[in-house]
Amino acid sequence: MELVFYIAAAIAILATMMVITRVHVVHALLYFVVSLLAIAVALYAMGAPFIAALEVIVYAGAILVLFIFVIMLLGLGPRTTTEERQWLDFRVWIGPALLGVVLLVEVVVLLLRSSGGLTNGVVVEPRQVGVALYGPYVIGVELASLVLLAGLVGAYHLGRRIPHREAEGG
Amino acid sequence: MPITWDAGYHTAKRKGDKVANFPFEHGLIVAGILFVLGLIGVLTRRNVIFMLLGVEVMLNAAGLAFVVAGARWMQPDGQVMFLFMLTVAAAEVAVGLALVLLMYRHWKSLDIDVASVMRG
Amino acid sequence: MLTLLWIVVALPIAGFLWLALFGARLSRRSIMSIGVGAVGLALLSALHIAYTFFTSPPKGGVFVQTLWTWMHVESTHTFRRGTSLVFERGSFHPEIAFYLDPLSLLMVLVVLGVGFLIFLFSAWYMAEDTDLARFYAYMNLFVASMLILVLADNLLLLYLGWEGVGLCSYLLIGFWYQDPANVRAAMKAFLITRIGDTAFIIGLFLLFTQLGTLQIQEVLTRAGLQWAPGSALAVTAAALLLGGALGKSAQLPLQTWLPDAMAGPTPVSALIHAATMVTAGVYLIARTHTLFSLAPSVMLIVAIIGAVTLLVGGVSALVQRDIKRVLAYSTMSQIGYMFLALGIGAWSAAMFHFMTHAFFKALLFLAAGVVIHSLHNEQDIFNMGGLRKQLPLAFWSFLIGALSLAALPLVTAGFYSKDEILHLCWASALGSPWLYAAALVGAFLTAFYIFRVFFLVFGGASKREVAGHLNPAATIPLVVLAVLSIVGGLVQLPRVLGGVPLFSNMLAPVLPAITLVEDSPGLEWVLLFVSAIVSLVGIGMAYLLYARRTSPAPARDNVPARFFRDGWGFDWLYDQLFVRPYCWIVIESRHDVFDALYAGIAELAEVCYHALRRTQTGKVRWYAAVLVFGVVLILAMVVFR
Repeated sequence: MELVFYIAAAIAILATMMVITRVHVVHALLYFVVSLLAIAVALYAMGAPFIAALEVIVYAGAILVLFIFVIMLLGLGPRTTTEERQWLDFRVWIGPALLGVVLLVEVVVLLLRSSGGLTNGVVVEPRQVGVALYGPYVIGVELASLVLLAGLVGAYHLGRRIPHREAEGG
Repeated sequence: MPITWDAGYHTAKRKGDKVANFPFEHGLIVAGILFVLGLIGVLTRRNVIFMLLGVEVMLNAAGLAFVVAGARWMQPDGQVMFLFMLTVAAAEVAVGLALVLLMYRHWKSLDIDVASVMRG
Repeated sequence: MLTLLWIVVALPIAGFLWLALFGARLSRRSIMSIGVGAVGLALLSALHIAYTFFTSPPKGGVFVQTLWTWMHVESTHTFRRGTSLVFERGSFHPEIAFYLDPLSLLMVLVVLGVGFLIFLFSAWYMAEDTDLARFYAYMNLFVASMLILVLADNLLLLYLGWEGVGLCSYLLIGFWYQDPANVRAAMKAFLITRIGDTAFIIGLFLLFTQLGTLQIQEVLTRAGLQWAPGSALAVTAAALLLGGALGKSAQLPLQTWLPDAMAGPTPVSALIHAATMVTAGVYLIARTHTLFSLAPSVMLIVAIIGAVTLLVGGVSALVQRDIKRVLAYSTMSQIGYMFLALGIGAWSAAMFHFMTHAFFKALLFLAAGVVIHSLHNEQDIFNMGGLRKQLPLAFWSFLIGALSLAALPLVTAGFYSKDEILHLCWASALGSPWLYAAALVGAFLTAFYIFRVFFLVFGGASKREVAGHLNPAATIPLVVLAVLSIVGGLVQLPRVLGGVPLFSNMLAPVLPAITLVEDSPGLEWVLLFVSAIVSLVGIGMAYLLYARRTSPAPARDNVPARFFRDGWGFDWLYDQLFVRPYCWIVIESRHDVFDALYAGIAELAEVCYHALRRTQTGKVRWYAAVLVFGVVLILAMVVFR
């Protein structure tokens, strides 16, 4: 099972690298889906099947679909693609890349300093998760629902069209 | 201190289950790599959609880290956190994309650098 | 009774306060009543005190009235002496105390007597001025300060009065402040006397640290005990006090302010710059004469300065066009006589000349004031003439004052005082023939210049119309001062003319008599004759040159004439030596290191502002990158801990 985890992790990393370097939005989104699926496999291998399922259903299935819908709404044409090619040249990504690499190195160094132990190869059952959610974390559940409500209202309000004042967009 | 409850982990084990047992740091390193990749994506791309994608990547990586940690301690808290993060990510994407739509309507462009009126 | 002494000082202060606080709301009559009345009542009190002092003298011939302790400062001072530590406790507790002895009583009577007459005169002279309350307030403050000065029991209180009179001099010279020239003259007077005041206060520091007290009598006794005659400390202390006296009394080298001080109203010139403030230096030296006697070199300097100043003043007065400037230089010259007398140890002779000078100089100024006022503020003597018929009172007053100044023999007060000084110059232990010669030449110059003015102003043909008439407020002071200028000398007649030593006997407990080297009646007669002839010759020459002219030639304007008219070029010299370098320094240090420091701070702030401004690009990715950079730094701190 460890092998599964490592391979899934490698795929996720490669896919994410493709996500951030694509010119076409839809290509990037699809690679992201791949990445998410790989992560789901890794999560399952770790012993968190419930989360793996949620990842696929909610993240890949809802959030990314939302992305795709918006892109369809925007109706970006080939002009965007050429723009993206222009914007993505060496001078632009070398700085952030260096910064990111430095950050990664630091994190890795810190992590490898101490041995934290093994993941114990144990499945944490969905039942436990549920008990925890409606036990100690019940307030968090309520707040999460409030967040969703806020998101809903906000998205509706921001996204509506006012016929005579379309330029400002409300 | 992680909270313990009587639904211990022993009963959860089903026969024949095989679960990966690997060093905890490796999981976190994977999460870190994904996070940094998302960060680079945010800082590099000018298109708003790509930036949002990068943010999503980062959120996902953070969630992965939480789950790995939860697995290490054999507590469900990590997964609970991931759940909350999922919720928040969903709400955030909804609102964020609505703002992207507004931005496109106003400036007719998805270049994030056009929205720099609040400069010094 | 003598305990009323404090009232003498308190009345002018009360007058000042009342006029300062409520003057704007009072009528002219009230202002004049309060202003003149305060000094009048003070004069009555002083006369009563004088009567008590002479009929039933206090014990020891001195009356001290202590009002309260000004301050009480204690300190301990530890120092190493040899191998041991010494703790010394010292205290400084000057008191507000008044010291009444014949010398201060004389000063009080002259200040209040002449002052009252001048206050009365100003009621006529300043009658139409809009700022009458301010005028009388300042004048009352001046009289109060002068009284504090002469009655002070310790040097700190004396310095308070000293500064007070300096302040009032500034305020009154610049009384008509709307004209910037008056303000400049006031500033000049204040600054130059300040130089003297600084020397004075350093002298006070020296006296206190060496002798442990500032109470005058104590200082004099301790100095006599601790300092040998001619020792460095005595010479330094006396020289510093002399510096102060030079500034206030307008002697060389601090004399340049007095001619310009004539920018003030004429009563001010009469009171402050003729009779009282400028004699404060003379009083100071007379009061601390014991200290000066311990420093013979300083005494010699005093005499030399007196002699030189009287010549400088005399020559300069010869070529002036402005009637008040003539009188200013004349004052400078006559105070030179007083300093000359002090320098040779003739203390009471100097005070005698002070008294007579106060009478006739005030008279001359007031008469000049009448002339100026009647000719609508004309002050150029070459524009005056023939006023004998038109202003008879001014004519007679000026004549009597001029005769007294010129020391007309036998009938004028000035004769007796000046003759005494001349006699002592020749015949005293510290006198010398050179000083006598200088004084004699000065006497000739005095007679000459004052009668030049007299003949030009009152003789010849009339040039301008006279306006206005006099009321008793103007006539009474003129008459009283004229009488005093004649009979004032009769209190001290020389031996050969009757020997009336009233004046010197009165002052004898305070000011010791002078020792004579040559003491024969024959000598006295000769000297008497010589001084009489000199003054008559001076008057005669002035008559010949100036009386017969119907239209005198205007003053020459070549370089020598200008040199003498401008007071021997001292103004120019000081301008070159002090004013210009100082202005240069000020301009150069406008952008010096300290300014650069403060400006640099401001500039640094601006640089930082511009630098930080560049970080606010408004671009989201930039902000995110900065955020990440910060995280990197913090993690680096953890990694490299």
